[in-house]
Amino acid sequence: MPIDCLVLGAGQEVGKSCVVVTINGKRIMFDCGMHMGYMDHNKYPDFSRISKTRDFNKELSCIIITHFHQDHIGALPYFTEVCGYNGPIYMTYPTKALAPLMLEDNRNVMLGRGEKEQFTSEQIMECMKKVIAVDLKQTVLVDNDLQIRAYYAGHVLGAAMFYAKVGDAAMVYTGDYNMTADRHLGAAQIDRLQLDLVITESTYATTTRDSKYVREREFLKAVHNCVASGGKVLIPAFALGRAQEICMLLDDYWERMNLNVPIYLSAGLTIQANMYYKVFINWTSQKVKNSSTTRNAFDFKNVRSFDRSMINAPGPCVLFATPGMLTGGFSLEVFKQWAPCEQNLIALPGYCVAGTVGRKLMSAKTPAIINVDKNTQIDVRCQIHRLSFSAHTDDKGIMDLVRFLSPKHVILVHGEKTNMAKLKEKIESDLGILCFYPANNESVPIPSTLYIKADVSKSFLKSSLSPNFKFLKTISRADADERAKSSVQVYDDRVAEGALIMQKNPKFVHQNELMVSLGAENHEVLVAYCCPVCVSDELKDVAPSPGENMPPVLDKRSLVHLLYTKLSNDFQDVTIQNDGDHLQIKSFTVSPCLKEMCPHRIQVNPDCTSKAVNFCCTWSMEDEKLAWGVVSIMKDLELKTG
Amino acid sequence: MKFTCLSEGKGYHFPPCHIVNICGFRVLIDCPLDLSALAVFSPLPTVISNLFDEKTSNDGGQCSSNSESVRQEVAESFDSKSLIQAEPWYKTVKSLQLWSVHSLDVVLISSPTGMLGLPFLTRNKDFRAKIYATEAASRLGELLMEDLVSMHMEFRQFYGPEEFGCPQWMAWEKLELLPMALKDIVLGSEGTELCGWMSIYSAADIKGCMEKVQSVKYAEEACYNGSLTIKALSSGLEIGACNWNILSPRGSISYLSGSVFASTTATGFDYKALKGSDILLYSDFTDCNDVDSEKNNFPLATGGCSYSSDIGSCSETIIESWIDSSEYTREMETVSSICSCALETISDGGSVLIAIGRPGVMLQLLEDMSLSLDSSNLKVPIYLVSSVAEELLAFSNIIPECLSSQRQERFYSKPGPLFTHVQLSNEKKLLVSPAIHSSKFLTSWQEPCIVFCPHWSLRLGPVVHLLQRWCQDPNSLLLMEEGYDINLAFLPFKPMSMKYGLCSFISGMKLRKVIPLLKILQPKHVLVPESLRPHISCCNPNFSVCYFSENETVIMPKLKSYADMDIAMDSDSKEKEEQYIAKLKGELLVEQGKHRLVLENKLVLSLQVKGRVDLDSLLTALQKMGMKVTAEHAQSTDGPENVSIVYISEPKEALIEITPTRTMISVADETTSSLVSEAVGFLGRAHEVKRRFTRIF
Repeated sequence: MPIDCLVLGAGQEVGKSCVVVTINGKRIMFDCGMHMGYMDHNKYPDFSRISKTRDFNKELSCIIITHFHQDHIGALPYFTEVCGYNGPIYMTYPTKALAPLMLEDNRNVMLGRGEKEQFTSEQIMECMKKVIAVDLKQTVLVDNDLQIRAYYAGHVLGAAMFYAKVGDAAMVYTGDYNMTADRHLGAAQIDRLQLDLVITESTYATTTRDSKYVREREFLKAVHNCVASGGKVLIPAFALGRAQEICMLLDDYWERMNLNVPIYLSAGLTIQANMYYKVFINWTSQKVKNSSTTRNAFDFKNVRSFDRSMINAPGPCVLFATPGMLTGGFSLEVFKQWAPCEQNLIALPGYCVAGTVGRKLMSAKTPAIINVDKNTQIDVRCQIHRLSFSAHTDDKGIMDLVRFLSPKHVILVHGEKTNMAKLKEKIESDLGILCFYPANNESVPIPSTLYIKADVSKSFLKSSLSPNFKFLKTISRADADERAKSSVQVYDDRVAEGALIMQKNPKFVHQNELMVSLGAENHEVLVAYCCPVCVSDELKDVAPSPGENMPPVLDKRSLVHLLYTKLSNDFQDVTIQNDGDHLQIKSFTVSPCLKEMCPHRIQVNPDCTSKAVNFCCTWSMEDEKLAWGVVSIMKDLELKTG
Repeated sequence: MKFTCLSEGKGYHFPPCHIVNICGFRVLIDCPLDLSALAVFSPLPTVISNLFDEKTSNDGGQCSSNSESVRQEVAESFDSKSLIQAEPWYKTVKSLQLWSVHSLDVVLISSPTGMLGLPFLTRNKDFRAKIYATEAASRLGELLMEDLVSMHMEFRQFYGPEEFGCPQWMAWEKLELLPMALKDIVLGSEGTELCGWMSIYSAADIKGCMEKVQSVKYAEEACYNGSLTIKALSSGLEIGACNWNILSPRGSISYLSGSVFASTTATGFDYKALKGSDILLYSDFTDCNDVDSEKNNFPLATGGCSYSSDIGSCSETIIESWIDSSEYTREMETVSSICSCALETISDGGSVLIAIGRPGVMLQLLEDMSLSLDSSNLKVPIYLVSSVAEELLAFSNIIPECLSSQRQERFYSKPGPLFTHVQLSNEKKLLVSPAIHSSKFLTSWQEPCIVFCPHWSLRLGPVVHLLQRWCQDPNSLLLMEEGYDINLAFLPFKPMSMKYGLCSFISGMKLRKVIPLLKILQPKHVLVPESLRPHISCCNPNFSVCYFSENETVIMPKLKSYADMDIAMDSDSKEKEEQYIAKLKGELLVEQGKHRLVLENKLVLSLQVKGRVDLDSLLTALQKMGMKVTAEHAQSTDGPENVSIVYISEPKEALIEITPTRTMISVADETTSSLVSEAVGFLGRAHEVKRRFTRIF
């Protein structure tokens, strides 16, 4: 099969996204993520399935990373530095800038959890050196055959959907995307493409989300209430993306409400990340971009950096701390301190992976006892606010994107199995597109469209591109009886029709050119038959008989018209053209024959020779069936007036 | 394809301008202004007494205008008073006026300076073309235009509202009086260029123009009208500057403007993307006009041919490494020598005026200048005076995608702003001001200092004021780009005791790199400027070469008589045979510069191709089918053709008439008919076509 899609991660689950797609012999790895819920070897995709010999450089043409989240990039340094992949890695400019921060942060969290070190900081830097940054819509030629292109995906800063094309087969891997613009990022944008396959995330495969404003208001109210009563607000968030979005929201609200409660960003990482946001302002939403000719929207007025010593300082505050989902590190440390106090608020933005403290909190009802790790239990008494500020698209968005792209096949990844099954049903029934949702380590073969590349002749292009008007004088069936009423119909028949000459260099020509381009002489083969048709008695006297001059009462035209009326009853599904002297159905023509000795009059029907009129029929071989159908009707016919 | 060079331009600030006809679309490449022509105007006098002096003397000149002797004298020598004392007009590409605006389909902008004349076109209500420019080029171009308009406002305020119709200086009597040097600029060497002069556009015109620009990213495929796929590819000359690649159904065309392999600030020359195009329009005039200077640098200049043939035998990678080198280091050397000159002046107590209008170079200089000031412990302020300085600096810090690989590396390894000017202005080492008369600027003013300001032939904007202040000061230094008529440029400031330095920055390719580059790019046809003929013709290129010169239309050889078309077939179609003929019906789409036929149905309609029928084999075939046949030859009644007639008497009667062009089967029943048709059809095929095709539908 031209396309083969091997799902190494995020198959029927969320976490460690990794899909290896083979397109016409080129293998691309899309994303190289790490699962946050596992600590054992399951946290990485099973790379051995790519190559038994583990010679990844030979197997893979390139790696494409869609965005900087751990579940999309976390395993990259491991794969390049430990497994030894040396080939090209593509990601967008912001992703390249922000990825090392994320990887480093995550490395620290894992060390903090007491996990075995998989790669060093130096290895992260080494890995990032192999990365080639790409801009949106920039068409990158990985090699002579493989061409890739990034499209804006929303979701987080620098997130991209990737288009890949090898030969005639083309596909899109969406990564995570958002079809609605949020406070700081725009909505996903992509061109209408000819695609064989779309691999899309399906985090919210069955949820349709309402307007964000309600949720924003609720969140602001909860935060405001908390700080007004002297509580502390902890927002554990990825340093990048969610933190900036909520920061913008709060900064703006603080400004409007004239609040002066401090908003802190946990030191280092988030501040640095903010700097990147300022540089990459072109990758945010149009609204933010437009407003920043005067002041960069990421120059927050009320935001300052936080110091560890301030954890237990008195007074209200809002703190953004990494990592999100409370997987460890600083946010967990603060959580342990603040959670037991009823005044405080923990706001959990976005999705929490199963197995994390964040996930436990989401379903908890305070007061509750939460196991942080084997030895620690926390008595959680603070308020918990779940913020579904997810930057993932909802089911409507997925359907919209799939409908817009109309690929031949869809593969769902990055979602929960039961929901994926429902979405698959919906895509197949509503859109009629084949859909799969393979589990991890399963592969799906996908056929692709085959294109024949042909040189096309000028006259074919001309004939199919320029208007091709036909004026036909027809008598419509309804008023066939009133002879005078004929109308002119205008056709603009632009259906392109030509002949494909399949050879070493295929050619496509207009039919008229075919013989010339084949270098063959045209030799027409026609079949003819002069068919006698009985006429009724009242017509007999006036009907012309062979050899005689035409009597004025019943001329050729009237005969043709009579025949036309009959035939149009029997052949309703083909157009019969009547130009007075003869009728034409495709290549079949019939006209009254007045010759005494017609060479095509093979047999003489003995029954009605005397009262027959002859009609000469000719046709070419491709309409043989039709022609004999008409002839057989004519043989049984008796023409009458009226 | 037709190609007309409208103007060869004058390097960076006045890029070339061409019109290309591709597949019936008229494409204009760049629409620049010749800002060097501004030198014919007198700058605004800053001191009132000067003003009166000049006014009176000017009147005096006009009074004696009829005297032949005076005219003669004026023509010989001229001083600041002979400059035109009027609101400046701007010189566009004259030949562009000869093309009707509404006939343009596409405008491609290859550098920020290449769009300075664009509002003149877009304000015409007949203008309907689509303009493509890179995001950075269009933003920088917009800033340059806004700066130009705001600097021009000073003149407007001085001379009052625009006159109706032609300004007085354009009258022939007045033009006759101009000194030769000025007249040459105003009228051109052939005296035909007066029609190219335009009065300034408005800020609203710029806005209208920018609304019509479709900005693209490097290597983004923009599609015009389905048939042209247009791609901007980094040229390295300036931030946002690009070469163009146009893909049409009839072949591909690459436009190569002034290109720099490794630039200090902008992304380098993406030459690999131009490989293998059908036509290459070589439009880098950098070294065309001063071939002599090249000879000095090039030890093998006389034996250019042998050198080039050596290159041919080298492997491509060697050429590539050789071709990439040196430019970056050369540019950095220029920058550092500028810095050391400036430092010298500063330590002598003089001020430095840096009148360099290239955004990329200016940003690099700003950074290096402050570094060298720091390293030599000199604390003098750096000023940047321009109405768009603030915007320019802000913009420079949000375009990592357009910067050189060195800068990107720095950004990724050591997070921070892309350019250090952010820190500099935070630390108050750099003071940015929109105008020289702003209160912020005046209160912070201290000398000696370093002032950066863009200039337009030293006639417009803050540079004039600063020059008038410093031109008598022998300690001060003016640094500007070379390529100006110094005598004319300095005329209003004479006598100049100020020191000056001319810097040359790379604005295109060196001649010795052209042939190796063309060999790497391997185009089928190349269009090069006439002035390169001696260099190209001696090296036996393996591509066909045409030469062009200004205002001459070159007709390029036809690329293909056939255009490409993709026919979408079903992947599961079993048809794997190599040769066949099929009749296809469907819808023809034109997308992305490609024709695509989408078949109406999966059914391949049958197509019968018939050759001449051989009588003997037909008879055998019919007899094999169990028919009783007789044949006779006859002379056709209606022509000289030979007619063979075959009578079939059993099982049913039938008659076959065969001429070279036609076989007519007269038959009365279906069974016989199909048998006969089969025989005839099979033989027809067999005879003519079988030789070439194994199977026919």
